[in-house]
Amino acid sequence: MDSLNFWVIQTFNGVSYGALLFLLGAGLSLIFGVMRIVNLAHGSYFLLGGYVALTVIWTTGSWVLSIPVAAVTIAVVGLLMERVFLRPLGFDPLRQVLLTVGFAFLFQQAALDIWTGNNFDINPPDALTDSIEVAGLFLPLYRVFMIATALAIGIVLWLAMEKTRLGAQVRATVDDAQMARGVGIDTSRISMMIFSLGAFLAGLGGVIGGAFLGVYPGLDFEILPLAFAVVIIGGMGSLGGAAIGALIVGLADNFGKALFPEISYFTLYAPMALILAVKPTGLFGRE
Amino acid sequence: MTNQLKVLAVVAALAALAIIVPNTGSFVILLATRALAFAILVMSLDILLGFTGLASMGQAAYLGVGAYVTAILATNYQFGLAMDFWIVIVLGIFAGAALAAVFGLLAIRASGVYFLMITLALGQCVWGLAYRWNSLTGGDNGINLRAKPKFAGLDLSHDVTFFFVVFGFFAASLLAMYVLVRSPFGRSLTGIRERELRMQILGYNTWLHKYIAFIIAGGFGGLSGVLWAHTAGIVSPENVVLTTSVDALLMAVLGGAGTLVGGVIGSFIVFGLREYLSTLVPWWQYALGAVYVLTILYLPTGLMGIPERYRQWRASSGKREDPKALASAPS
Amino acid sequence: MTGTLRLRMTLLGGCVAFALGPISTAGAQEELRIGYVAPTTGIFAQVGKDMVDGFQMYLNEVKHDFGGAKVKFIVEDEQGKPDTAVTKAKKLILQDKVHMFVGGLLASTGYALAPVSTEYKTMYISSIAAADDLTQRDLAKYPYFMRTGWSSSQPSHPFGQWACEQGYKKIVALGADYAFGYEVVGGFQRAFEACGGQVIQKIWPPLGTKDFGPYIPTIKRDADAIFSLMVGPMSLQFPKQLRAAGNKKPVIGGGTSYDEFVLPAMGDEVLGHVSPLQYSAALDTPKNAAFVKAYRAKYGKVPSYYSESNYTTAQMIHEVIKKNGGKYPGAEAFIKQLSAMKFDTLRGPVSFDDMRNPVQNVYIKKVERKKMFGYTKDELWNTVIKTYPNVGQFGQFKKAEFLKTPVYGRDYPPCKFCN
Repeated sequence: MDSLNFWVIQTFNGVSYGALLFLLGAGLSLIFGVMRIVNLAHGSYFLLGGYVALTVIWTTGSWVLSIPVAAVTIAVVGLLMERVFLRPLGFDPLRQVLLTVGFAFLFQQAALDIWTGNNFDINPPDALTDSIEVAGLFLPLYRVFMIATALAIGIVLWLAMEKTRLGAQVRATVDDAQMARGVGIDTSRISMMIFSLGAFLAGLGGVIGGAFLGVYPGLDFEILPLAFAVVIIGGMGSLGGAAIGALIVGLADNFGKALFPEISYFTLYAPMALILAVKPTGLFGRE
Repeated sequence: MTNQLKVLAVVAALAALAIIVPNTGSFVILLATRALAFAILVMSLDILLGFTGLASMGQAAYLGVGAYVTAILATNYQFGLAMDFWIVIVLGIFAGAALAAVFGLLAIRASGVYFLMITLALGQCVWGLAYRWNSLTGGDNGINLRAKPKFAGLDLSHDVTFFFVVFGFFAASLLAMYVLVRSPFGRSLTGIRERELRMQILGYNTWLHKYIAFIIAGGFGGLSGVLWAHTAGIVSPENVVLTTSVDALLMAVLGGAGTLVGGVIGSFIVFGLREYLSTLVPWWQYALGAVYVLTILYLPTGLMGIPERYRQWRASSGKREDPKALASAPS
Repeated sequence: MTGTLRLRMTLLGGCVAFALGPISTAGAQEELRIGYVAPTTGIFAQVGKDMVDGFQMYLNEVKHDFGGAKVKFIVEDEQGKPDTAVTKAKKLILQDKVHMFVGGLLASTGYALAPVSTEYKTMYISSIAAADDLTQRDLAKYPYFMRTGWSSSQPSHPFGQWACEQGYKKIVALGADYAFGYEVVGGFQRAFEACGGQVIQKIWPPLGTKDFGPYIPTIKRDADAIFSLMVGPMSLQFPKQLRAAGNKKPVIGGGTSYDEFVLPAMGDEVLGHVSPLQYSAALDTPKNAAFVKAYRAKYGKVPSYYSESNYTTAQMIHEVIKKNGGKYPGAEAFIKQLSAMKFDTLRGPVSFDDMRNPVQNVYIKKVERKKMFGYTKDELWNTVIKTYPNVGQFGQFKKAEFLKTPVYGRDYPPCKFCN
C-alpha cells in the first residue's frame, strides 16, 4: 500500500477508534469531575449496554430501537447504583472505588447467568456494513457512523455544558463543589444527573461498540483500562479533554500497533504512566 | 481492649491456626497455605493503605516479580531447591523492593485517586512485560516449578511441612510490620495519612517517607511472590493481572485497613469463598460480590473494626446518632 | 454437612445438571470417580460449560454405567486461572479421591495440571488443552498424562499441504499473539513451505484484539491468500473488518477461527472460508447427526469440538473400563491400554501414537450456508470438503527431525520470505 494511502487509512482507523473511546471516556471523565468517583463499573456499563441491545434486537428485530433502549436502561442502572449504594458512602473515594469494583464482579456473573457466555456480535443494518470507496481506499461505513455519532454526541454535550444554565451549574460543581453549594446549586441532584449521564454514554458506547468489538464476557475489564487512558491523558473532569484524550489514545494505539507491533502492550500503559508521573491530574486535568 | 490484650489475642489466634489446620484434610491445609502466602501481600498493601493512606492498585506486580524470579531460577538454573532457597527469598524481597523503588519514583508524587490510576497503569505494564517477554517468562504458558525445595531434612513437598514454612514467614512478616508501624517511622506514616500538610510543616520529608514505605511494601510483596510461586507450582501472567491487585485491595478493606491482621482475615475469607465455597455451590460469585458490597457499605472499618463499632454503638445507645457517622473511614 | 444438604448442594451445581443415579446397593459394583477441571465461571465460562456438557451427555446416554462401574462425575471450577486449576485438581485427588481427572482448557492450565498428575501418580487426560510440547518435548516429565483431543499444530500440517494443492504460492499469516497462535501458524508455515509455498508475512495481533485497523492495511498486496488464526471475539471481528477493507483474496485459517463456538454469531462475511480441524459439526455421518441433534435439543446450540472432544473422551474411558470388566486397572495400565486401542468416535477413527497424542482424521472444512440434518433453516455450517486420514501430531514430517527443531514460536519457523 502506498505511503499516503497507508497514513490516510491508519489515521481514519485511529480516529474512528477514538470516536468509540470518546463515548466511553466522556462519561467517566464527567463522573470524576463532578463526584470525584472513579467508577470501575464503567466497563460493566459498556458491556451491559451491548447485552441489553442484543435482547432488544432478538425480541423486536430492530437495531435502531436497541440504541436508545439500551442507553436508557443503563442510565437507570447507574442512577440506582448512585442513589442506593454510592450516595450513603458520602465523600470517600477509596470506598466508592471499591464499591464499584464489587458491583463490576456482580454484574459480570449476572451477565453470564442471563445471557450465557457465548460470544455475540451486534449486526447493524446492511446499509452500514458496506464500505465507501474513496480514491481507491475502502472506508467502512460503520466506522464513519461511529465518528458521526461521537461528533453528534460531543456537540450536544458541549452545547449543554456551555450554553445552558444546567451546564453552567455542572461546570461550577466541577470547579469547586463547595462554592457551588454556597451559591445555591443542588450539587446532590447534579451528581445524580451526571452519574446517570455517564452511565447513559457508556451504555450507548456499548451498543455502538457491540458491532465493532463484539459482546462477550471479559469485555468489561478489557475496555476499562482504555477508558482510563482517555480520562488520564485528557484530564479528569474535562469534556474537551476527554475528546482530545480519546483522539490521542485512538491514534497512538493504532499507529503504535501498526508501526511497532513488538511493543503493542505498552503503547497504551507506558505513556499513561509517564503522563501521570509528570502531571498527575492528566494533560488537561483541573484540580 | 488495650494494646497488650490485642497482641495476646492475635498470638492466640495464630497459635490456634497453627494447631488446628494441620489436623484438617489436605485440601484445607492447601487453602490455608495459599491464604497465608497471599496475606503477606495484603498486609504489605495495608502498610500503604491503612497506615500511609495510599491506595495502590498495582501491588500484584511485586508478587509477580518475586514469583517470576523464583520460577526462572528454579527452572533455568536449578537454583533455589535446596538450602539456596533462602537466597531466593532474599532475592525475591530485593526484586520486589527494587521494582518498587523504580515505580515509586513515578508514583509517589501523586496521591488519592491519581495514585490509584498510576499504580494501575504500572501494574499493567508489568503484566504486558510478563506476557510479551516469552523467552524469559514463558509468555502466556507460564513457568512450571516442578519441585519444591528440600533442605535441612525438611521436604516442602509435604503439605504440613510447607504449611509451617509459609506460616513461619507469615508470622515473621506480621511481626516485622508490627514493629515497623509502632516505630517512630511508622507513626510518622500514620501522621502523613491523617494530615500530610501538617507533617510537612513540622519539617518531615513526606515524599521520602512515602517512598520508603512504598519500597518496604514492595519488598514484602516480593517475599509473598516467592512463597506463592511454590504454593501453586506455576507462575503465569494471571498472577499479575489487574483483578489480582484488586483482590488484594478488597481483602485489605474487608479485613480492616490499618490493622495488619485484617489482611489475613480478608485473605482467608476471600480464598474460602473463591476456592472452598466454589466447590460446593455455583453461586459463590454472588456471595463474594455481596460480601464486598455489604462490607464497604456497612463495615467501613472492615471486620476487625466490629468490636470498636460495637463499643461505640453501645456507648451511644442513649443518643440518636447514625452509627456510620461515628466510624472513622481510613482514608 | 448432612447427607441431604450435600445432595441439595450438588444438585444445585447449575452448570452440571446431572442427576445422581440410584446408588447401587448390589455390592459388586465399583465406583469410578472421575474429576473434571474446567472454567465454569469467569470469561471462559461458556467454553467450560460446553466442555462439561459434552462429557455429561455421554454419561447420561450410558446412565453413568461404564461396563459395570458406577461413574461419579465431580466438576470443579478453575475460573480460568492456572493456580486455581492446580488447587482444584489437588482437591479432587486428595479429598474426593478421584481415579483420574480430565479437562483443562488453556495451555497454561495444561502445563499446570500435568505436573500434578506426576506428583500424585494420578492420571490426567487433557481433552482440550492443545499445547504441542505436552506430548512432544516435555512428555517424559509427565508419565501420567494423556491427550485425547489434539495438539495445536496437528491440523495445520495437512492444511499446509492442501494450500499448496490449491495453487497458492504466497500467503500472509495473521495469528493471535500467544503460544497457541504460534503453534497453529507455525505448523501451517512448515507444511506450506515444505511443498513449495511461501509465507511472506507474519502479523501477530495481541490476544483479544478486536480492532484490526492497525493490521489490515499492512497486509502485503502480492499475497495469494490470507491465513488467520483467531479465537473467541477476535474470530468474529476479523472477517468483518477484512471484508469492509475491501479484501477480495481467499481467506483460510486455523480451526478455531470458524469453529462452532463462534460460527452462530457470524454472517455472510465468512462464506467460503476454509479451515482444518479434527471435528466439524457438519460431519455427515449417522453417528454425528444423532449427536448434533441430541445435543442441540438439550443445550440449545450446535456442539463445537469442545463438546465433541469431551464426549469422545468419556467414550474412550468407558471402553477401557469395559475391557477391564468394570474395574479401574490403575493409572499405568490404563494409559497403556488406552494407547493401544482404536476407537470409532464421532470424529471418525481415533488411535494413539507412541507419545500419547491422538492419531485421527483432519477435516478441511468450508463455511457454507445451507440446511443440514433435517433442520428447516439455512444456517452456517463447516462443510467437510476433504479428509486427511491418520494424521498424527507430526503430520507428514519425521518425528526425530521434528523434535530436533525448537517448538513453534513467534520466530520459528523463521520468516525466510518476509521482504
